[in-house]
Amino acid sequence: MNNKITVSCTKKNLKQIRDFVTAYLAMYKLSDIQMNQIVLAVDEICANLIIHANSEDPSKSISLFITEKAGMLKFEIVDNGVAFRRSEYKEPNIEEHIRIGKKGGVGIALVNRIMDRVEFETSDRQNTCFLYKKIK
Amino acid sequence: MKITNQIKDTTIIITLDGELDASSSVMLDEALSDPEIMTYSKILVDCKDLNYISSAGLGVFISHLQRFEDAQIKLIFYNMQDKVRNVFEILGLDLLMTIVSDYEEAMTIADE
Repeated sequence: MNNKITVSCTKKNLKQIRDFVTAYLAMYKLSDIQMNQIVLAVDEICANLIIHANSEDPSKSISLFITEKAGMLKFEIVDNGVAFRRSEYKEPNIEEHIRIGKKGGVGIALVNRIMDRVEFETSDRQNTCFLYKKIK
Repeated sequence: MKITNQIKDTTIIITLDGELDASSSVMLDEALSDPEIMTYSKILVDCKDLNYISSAGLGVFISHLQRFEDAQIKLIFYNMQDKVRNVFEILGLDLLMTIVSDYEEAMTIADE
Protein backbone atom coordinates (compact mmCIF):
# COMPACT_ATOMS: atom_id res chain seq x y z
CA MET A 1 0.00 0.00 0.00
CA ASN A 2 1.43 3.34 -1.09
CA ASN A 3 1.72 5.55 1.99
CA LYS A 4 3.30 8.70 0.57
CA ILE A 5 2.07 11.51 -1.64
CA THR A 6 3.71 14.77 -2.69
CA VAL A 7 1.75 17.58 -4.33
CA SER A 8 2.59 21.10 -5.45
CA CYS A 9 1.17 23.98 -3.41
CA THR A 10 -2.09 24.75 -5.17
CA LYS A 11 -5.55 24.45 -3.59
CA LYS A 12 -6.73 22.29 -6.48
CA ASN A 13 -4.48 19.49 -5.14
CA LEU A 14 -6.41 19.20 -1.87
CA LYS A 15 -8.85 16.84 -3.54
CA GLN A 16 -5.95 14.56 -4.54
CA ILE A 17 -4.77 14.50 -0.92
CA ARG A 18 -8.26 13.67 0.37
CA ASP A 19 -8.64 10.86 -2.18
CA PHE A 20 -5.22 9.49 -1.19
CA VAL A 21 -6.10 9.46 2.53
CA THR A 22 -9.49 7.87 1.80
CA ALA A 23 -7.86 5.12 -0.29
CA TYR A 24 -5.24 4.45 2.39
CA LEU A 25 -7.85 4.22 5.15
CA ALA A 26 -10.15 1.92 3.17
CA MET A 27 -8.60 -1.17 4.78
CA TYR A 28 -9.54 -0.06 8.31
CA LYS A 29 -13.32 -0.27 7.91
CA LEU A 30 -14.02 3.05 9.62
CA SER A 31 -17.50 4.53 9.93
CA ASP A 32 -18.44 7.23 7.41
CA ILE A 33 -18.20 9.87 10.12
CA GLN A 34 -14.82 8.71 11.43
CA MET A 35 -13.39 8.43 7.90
CA ASN A 36 -14.67 11.92 7.05
CA GLN A 37 -13.24 13.41 10.26
CA ILE A 38 -9.75 12.01 9.63
CA VAL A 39 -9.75 13.08 5.97
CA LEU A 40 -10.95 16.53 7.10
CA ALA A 41 -8.18 16.96 9.69
CA VAL A 42 -5.48 16.13 7.11
CA ASP A 43 -7.17 18.41 4.53
CA GLU A 44 -7.24 21.31 7.01
CA ILE A 45 -3.51 21.05 7.78
CA CYS A 46 -2.63 20.70 4.07
CA ALA A 47 -4.86 23.68 3.15
CA ASN A 48 -3.13 25.82 5.80
CA LEU A 49 0.31 24.81 4.56
CA ILE A 50 -0.57 25.40 0.90
CA ILE A 51 -2.33 28.76 1.45
CA HIS A 52 -0.57 30.34 4.44
CA ALA A 53 2.84 28.70 4.79
CA ASN A 54 3.60 28.48 1.05
CA SER A 55 1.39 31.27 -0.39
CA GLU A 56 -0.06 28.90 -3.04
CA ASP A 57 3.30 28.84 -4.84
CA PRO A 58 3.11 25.89 -7.28
CA SER A 59 6.90 25.63 -7.40
CA LYS A 60 6.76 24.50 -3.77
CA SER A 61 5.40 21.20 -2.51
CA ILE A 62 4.09 19.41 0.56
CA SER A 63 4.41 15.70 1.36
CA LEU A 64 2.19 13.44 3.40
CA PHE A 65 3.23 10.08 4.89
CA ILE A 66 0.76 7.77 6.62
CA THR A 67 1.65 4.89 8.91
CA GLU A 68 -0.30 2.77 11.39
CA LYS A 69 1.03 0.95 14.42
CA ALA A 70 -0.98 -0.83 17.11
CA GLY A 71 -4.20 0.88 16.07
CA MET A 72 -2.66 4.36 16.03
CA LEU A 73 -2.68 6.21 12.72
CA LYS A 74 0.17 8.66 12.24
CA PHE A 75 0.13 11.37 9.56
CA GLU A 76 3.32 13.32 8.85
CA ILE A 77 2.90 16.40 6.70
CA VAL A 78 6.16 18.02 5.60
CA ASP A 79 6.81 21.39 3.95
CA ASN A 80 9.51 24.06 3.70
CA GLY A 81 7.35 27.14 4.11
CA VAL A 82 6.74 29.54 6.98
CA ALA A 83 6.47 27.55 10.21
CA PHE A 84 3.17 27.50 12.14
CA ARG A 85 3.55 29.35 15.44
CA ARG A 86 1.52 27.32 17.87
CA SER A 87 2.25 29.72 20.74
CA GLU A 88 0.36 32.43 18.85
CA TYR A 89 -2.67 30.22 18.19
CA LYS A 90 -5.92 31.04 19.96
CA GLU A 91 -9.04 28.86 19.95
CA PRO A 92 -11.68 30.67 17.91
CA ASN A 93 -14.84 32.15 19.40
CA ILE A 94 -17.35 31.05 16.75
CA GLU A 95 -20.10 33.41 17.90
CA GLU A 96 -17.67 36.32 17.58
CA HIS A 97 -16.70 35.09 14.08
CA ILE A 98 -20.38 35.15 13.11
CA ARG A 99 -20.85 38.62 14.61
CA ILE A 100 -17.95 40.16 12.69
CA GLY A 101 -18.40 38.03 9.56
CA LYS A 102 -14.98 36.37 9.77
CA LYS A 103 -14.32 33.82 7.08
CA GLY A 104 -11.32 31.85 8.31
CA GLY A 105 -9.65 30.65 11.45
CA VAL A 106 -11.64 27.56 12.45
CA GLY A 107 -9.61 24.86 10.66
CA ILE A 108 -7.07 24.16 13.41
CA ALA A 109 -9.91 24.00 15.96
CA LEU A 110 -11.43 21.18 13.89
CA VAL A 111 -8.07 19.36 13.74
CA ASN A 112 -7.53 19.70 17.51
CA ARG A 113 -11.00 18.34 18.24
CA ILE A 114 -10.75 15.42 15.80
CA MET A 115 -7.21 14.19 16.39
CA ASP A 116 -5.84 12.60 19.58
CA ARG A 117 -2.53 14.42 19.28
CA VAL A 118 -1.27 17.29 17.09
CA GLU A 119 2.41 18.26 17.03
CA PHE A 120 4.48 20.72 15.02
CA GLU A 121 8.25 20.46 14.57
CA THR A 122 10.73 22.66 12.70
CA SER A 123 14.33 21.76 11.86
CA ASP A 124 16.66 22.99 9.10
CA ARG A 125 13.86 25.03 7.51
CA GLN A 126 11.74 21.89 7.20
CA ASN A 127 8.43 21.85 9.06
CA THR A 128 6.60 18.68 10.00
CA CYS A 129 3.10 18.42 11.39
CA PHE A 130 2.31 15.12 13.12
CA LEU A 131 -1.31 14.04 13.54
CA TYR A 132 -2.19 10.96 15.61
CA LYS A 133 -5.53 9.19 15.73
CA LYS A 134 -6.37 6.00 17.61
CA ILE A 135 -8.71 3.87 15.52
CA LYS A 136 -8.79 0.54 17.37
CA MET B 1 -18.55 21.73 -6.88
CA LYS B 2 -21.76 22.61 -8.63
CA ILE B 3 -24.10 25.30 -7.29
CA THR B 4 -27.59 25.73 -8.72
CA ASN B 5 -30.31 28.15 -7.74
CA GLN B 6 -34.06 27.78 -7.90
CA ILE B 7 -36.45 30.62 -7.12
CA LYS B 8 -39.87 30.10 -5.53
CA ASP B 9 -41.57 33.42 -4.78
CA THR B 10 -39.48 35.01 -2.02
CA THR B 11 -37.40 31.89 -1.43
CA ILE B 12 -34.14 30.97 -3.12
CA ILE B 13 -33.13 27.32 -2.98
CA ILE B 14 -29.40 26.79 -3.37
CA THR B 15 -28.42 23.23 -4.23
CA LEU B 16 -24.85 22.21 -3.44
CA ASP B 17 -23.43 19.26 -5.34
CA GLY B 18 -19.90 18.03 -4.64
CA GLU B 19 -17.17 18.91 -2.19
CA LEU B 20 -16.81 22.27 -0.49
CA ASP B 21 -13.14 22.78 0.33
CA ALA B 22 -10.60 25.62 0.36
CA SER B 23 -10.58 25.59 -3.42
CA SER B 24 -14.28 25.33 -4.26
CA SER B 25 -15.64 27.48 -1.41
CA VAL B 26 -14.72 30.60 -3.42
CA MET B 27 -17.65 29.78 -5.73
CA LEU B 28 -20.06 29.58 -2.82
CA ASP B 29 -18.79 32.86 -1.41
CA GLU B 30 -19.41 34.54 -4.75
CA ALA B 31 -22.94 33.09 -4.91
CA LEU B 32 -23.79 34.32 -1.39
CA SER B 33 -22.20 37.72 -2.04
CA ASP B 34 -24.46 38.40 -5.03
CA PRO B 35 -26.52 41.49 -4.03
CA GLU B 36 -29.61 39.86 -5.53
CA ILE B 37 -29.64 37.28 -2.73
CA MET B 38 -30.59 40.03 -0.28
CA THR B 39 -33.90 40.46 -2.12
CA TYR B 40 -35.19 37.07 -0.87
CA SER B 41 -36.67 36.44 2.57
CA LYS B 42 -35.50 32.83 2.79
CA ILE B 43 -32.39 31.00 1.65
CA LEU B 44 -32.79 27.23 1.67
CA VAL B 45 -29.61 25.22 1.19
CA ASP B 46 -30.17 21.70 -0.15
CA CYS B 47 -27.21 19.64 1.08
CA LYS B 48 -28.28 16.21 -0.26
CA ASP B 49 -25.35 15.99 -2.67
CA LEU B 50 -22.90 17.93 -0.53
CA ASN B 51 -20.42 15.14 0.14
CA TYR B 52 -17.77 17.10 2.02
CA ILE B 53 -17.27 20.39 3.81
CA SER B 54 -14.05 21.80 5.26
CA SER B 55 -13.52 24.85 7.46
CA ALA B 56 -13.32 27.00 4.33
CA GLY B 57 -16.88 26.02 3.40
CA LEU B 58 -18.10 26.52 6.97
CA GLY B 59 -16.30 29.87 7.00
CA VAL B 60 -18.31 31.10 4.03
CA PHE B 61 -21.60 30.44 5.86
CA ILE B 62 -20.18 31.87 9.13
CA SER B 63 -19.13 35.06 7.35
CA HIS B 64 -22.56 35.70 5.76
CA LEU B 65 -24.85 34.60 8.61
CA GLN B 66 -24.97 37.88 10.54
CA ARG B 67 -25.62 39.88 7.36
CA PHE B 68 -28.60 37.64 6.55
CA GLU B 69 -29.90 37.82 10.14
CA ASP B 70 -29.59 41.61 10.15
CA ALA B 71 -31.68 41.70 6.96
CA GLN B 72 -34.16 39.21 8.50
CA ILE B 73 -33.34 36.64 5.84
CA LYS B 74 -33.66 33.06 7.08
CA LEU B 75 -30.83 30.67 6.18
CA ILE B 76 -31.94 27.05 6.47
CA PHE B 77 -29.96 23.89 5.65
CA TYR B 78 -31.74 20.63 4.86
CA ASN B 79 -31.07 17.09 3.55
CA MET B 80 -27.65 17.16 5.18
CA GLN B 81 -25.63 13.93 5.21
CA ASP B 82 -24.67 12.72 8.72
CA LYS B 83 -20.93 13.04 8.08
CA VAL B 84 -21.36 16.66 6.91
CA ARG B 85 -23.67 17.53 9.83
CA ASN B 86 -21.02 16.06 12.14
CA VAL B 87 -18.54 18.72 10.95
CA PHE B 88 -21.03 21.48 11.90
CA GLU B 89 -21.50 19.74 15.28
CA ILE B 90 -17.77 19.56 16.07
CA LEU B 91 -17.71 23.37 16.18
CA GLY B 92 -21.18 23.75 17.70
CA LEU B 93 -22.48 25.37 14.52
CA ASP B 94 -25.57 23.13 14.57
CA LEU B 95 -26.70 25.23 17.55
CA LEU B 96 -26.02 28.55 15.84
CA MET B 97 -27.44 27.71 12.40
CA THR B 98 -30.76 26.17 11.36
CA ILE B 99 -30.35 22.61 10.09
CA VAL B 100 -33.51 20.55 9.46
CA SER B 101 -34.16 17.13 8.02
CA ASP B 102 -35.96 17.76 4.74
CA TYR B 103 -37.50 20.25 2.33
CA GLU B 104 -40.95 20.15 3.93
CA GLU B 105 -39.55 21.00 7.34
CA ALA B 106 -37.35 23.70 5.81
CA MET B 107 -40.38 25.30 4.14
CA THR B 108 -42.43 25.10 7.34
CA ILE B 109 -39.71 26.83 9.33
CA ALA B 110 -39.14 29.34 6.58
CA ASP B 111 -42.82 30.31 6.65
CA GLU B 112 -42.93 30.85 10.42
